[in-house]
Amino acid sequence: MERDTHFILGVYDDEDVLLHAVEQVRGSGVKIHEVYSPYPVHGLEHVLGYKRSKLPIAAFLFGMLGLTLALTMQFYMMKFDWPMIIGGKDYGAFPDFVPVSFEMTVLLSAFGMVGVFLITSNLKPWAQPRIFDLRSTDDKHIMAIDLANNSSLDLDKIKEILTESGATEVNKKSFE
Amino acid sequence: MQVTSSVRQPLVTGGKTYHDVTHDVCRQVEGKPSKLWFLAFLTAFGVLAIGSTALLATLWEGIGMWGLNKTVGWAWDITNFVWWVGIGHAGTLISAVLLLFRQKWRTSINRAAEAMTIFAVICAAMFPIIHMGRPWLGAYWALPLPNTYGSLWVNFNSPLLWDVFAISTYFSVSLVFWYIGLIPDFATIRDRATGLRKIIYGALSLGWDGAAKTWMRYESVSLILAGLATPLVLSVHTIVSFDFATSVIPGWHTTIFPPYFVAGAIFSGFAMVLTLMIVTRKVYKLEDYITIGHIELMNIVIIITGSIVGIAYITEFFMAWYSGVEAEQYAFINRATGPYWWAYWSMMTCNVISPQLFWIKKIRTSIVATFALSIVVNIGMWFERFVIIVTSLHRDYLPSSWAMFYPTLVDVGVYLFTFGFFFTAFFLFAKFFPVINMAEVKSVLKSSSEKAHK
Repeated sequence: MERDTHFILGVYDDEDVLLHAVEQVRGSGVKIHEVYSPYPVHGLEHVLGYKRSKLPIAAFLFGMLGLTLALTMQFYMMKFDWPMIIGGKDYGAFPDFVPVSFEMTVLLSAFGMVGVFLITSNLKPWAQPRIFDLRSTDDKHIMAIDLANNSSLDLDKIKEILTESGATEVNKKSFE
Repeated sequence: MQVTSSVRQPLVTGGKTYHDVTHDVCRQVEGKPSKLWFLAFLTAFGVLAIGSTALLATLWEGIGMWGLNKTVGWAWDITNFVWWVGIGHAGTLISAVLLLFRQKWRTSINRAAEAMTIFAVICAAMFPIIHMGRPWLGAYWALPLPNTYGSLWVNFNSPLLWDVFAISTYFSVSLVFWYIGLIPDFATIRDRATGLRKIIYGALSLGWDGAAKTWMRYESVSLILAGLATPLVLSVHTIVSFDFATSVIPGWHTTIFPPYFVAGAIFSGFAMVLTLMIVTRKVYKLEDYITIGHIELMNIVIIITGSIVGIAYITEFFMAWYSGVEAEQYAFINRATGPYWWAYWSMMTCNVISPQLFWIKKIRTSIVATFALSIVVNIGMWFERFVIIVTSLHRDYLPSSWAMFYPTLVDVGVYLFTFGFFFTAFFLFAKFFPVINMAEVKSVLKSSSEKAHK
């Protein structure tokens, strides 16, 4: 199994320093593996150059699926499979089907989107995440730089770039 | 870089650093529970145990154990159902609607409020289920399952069935929303822990590592869930009100029910959040996170929704008179002056007059007054549902069948059971889960704490 094993970590205390640091580090030609933060930092995905998440599309598609299923189910059951006159209404009394259709749209949309989120982000109870620095879920932002990806650059040069960008510590981390 | 407003109060006081936030919240999870916690937990569990005998009596003997009669076919059971569902509205309102409105003060209270929502909805859902009499067959009556009668399907024209879908969707979406928010905080606990706790919270955190890409998706998911949950919150109590509004019973047959019920739900939900949070902040020493500012803002929501409810009560009366329908007029005169006058006037005092006291700044920033009034509001909201349900039914069109409703011990016991369950679950949550959303508080900390980046 090929896994990237050697990393240089830049530790940042402040979110604004981090945002500038990401721009600076990327500007000097270093490829950033990933940044780990204890809380969402707004604008970080832009400076890292990530594409917008496609999860809204998933939510929309699952919502449409829920709506279609709900309407099909209700019309099939009430109008075709076992029609009954209830309160003198039409068999396919569309206004009466709105609440359940709405609820099923929301239900499938939410569950579908969250399911896609968990799968794409590899979130599962038995997952063994690589933790670069335990403080990244407490109070530090960790910028991980993969050495295999930056082989053209000298190790000391990377360390220098990180320190210059405002990192309070620069550490090495290797995984087995 | 530091942005401190001279006009707005900081959201988190006490000059907390990021590490302080982690420490203050995780301390509750990591430490041994206090004697006070054990006492509170055992009390709640005791109530649950006592109440469960009433629940068993209901399941064993049937709902004949309740005080219902042929005139008053719905009483405490549906009152309690609507009351608990109403309470269950605050959590998702705080986390979803206030997220869309960018109200950052919600970050300190949303976790506990959502937990409360989930437990309250479980309590609520229990009532219609046990009201079925034989709930083990209930799935066939409530869900569109194929059966050997045709299949004879459930009736999608009925608001009671809409309720099944509304409540179950609300419950599951709220649960997912709550859990998504918990994942990063479970990871924080995991990274501080060793041994068994590390394994348990490691599994609960689903392998969260706080990568920027995951945070980006997480933010996207939160925003869309909030967008979905906002109409959902409004739809749930709207549909609950349809249970009454689509009938032709005088006193129920009103078009203002949906907004009136939604306002009432937010009103009682915020009251319950205040009751719980005032105790939690005191016991867990979280005064720097749930500040007087938070309490004041919630009290302002209570004034607004309380006033909407008050206007709805008066509008109902006006419409009964204006409609010229005698049965409708009688239903309302009977409410205020009939044998249940005491319930009506308790409701009016608790819901219309008492929240108006919050116009006085001294009262809405006083913890003791807020705590007392939050309980008064919840008593009032219980009476509101009781008044709507029982007084509209007890004198129907045929005077020979007029009756009163008297609750039995089993009625009281089943209600106690839900209290026991609610508080038992809440105390377990308060011990084993981070009661404050650490990640979200940290994300608003910088603008509200001077020490944050030192």
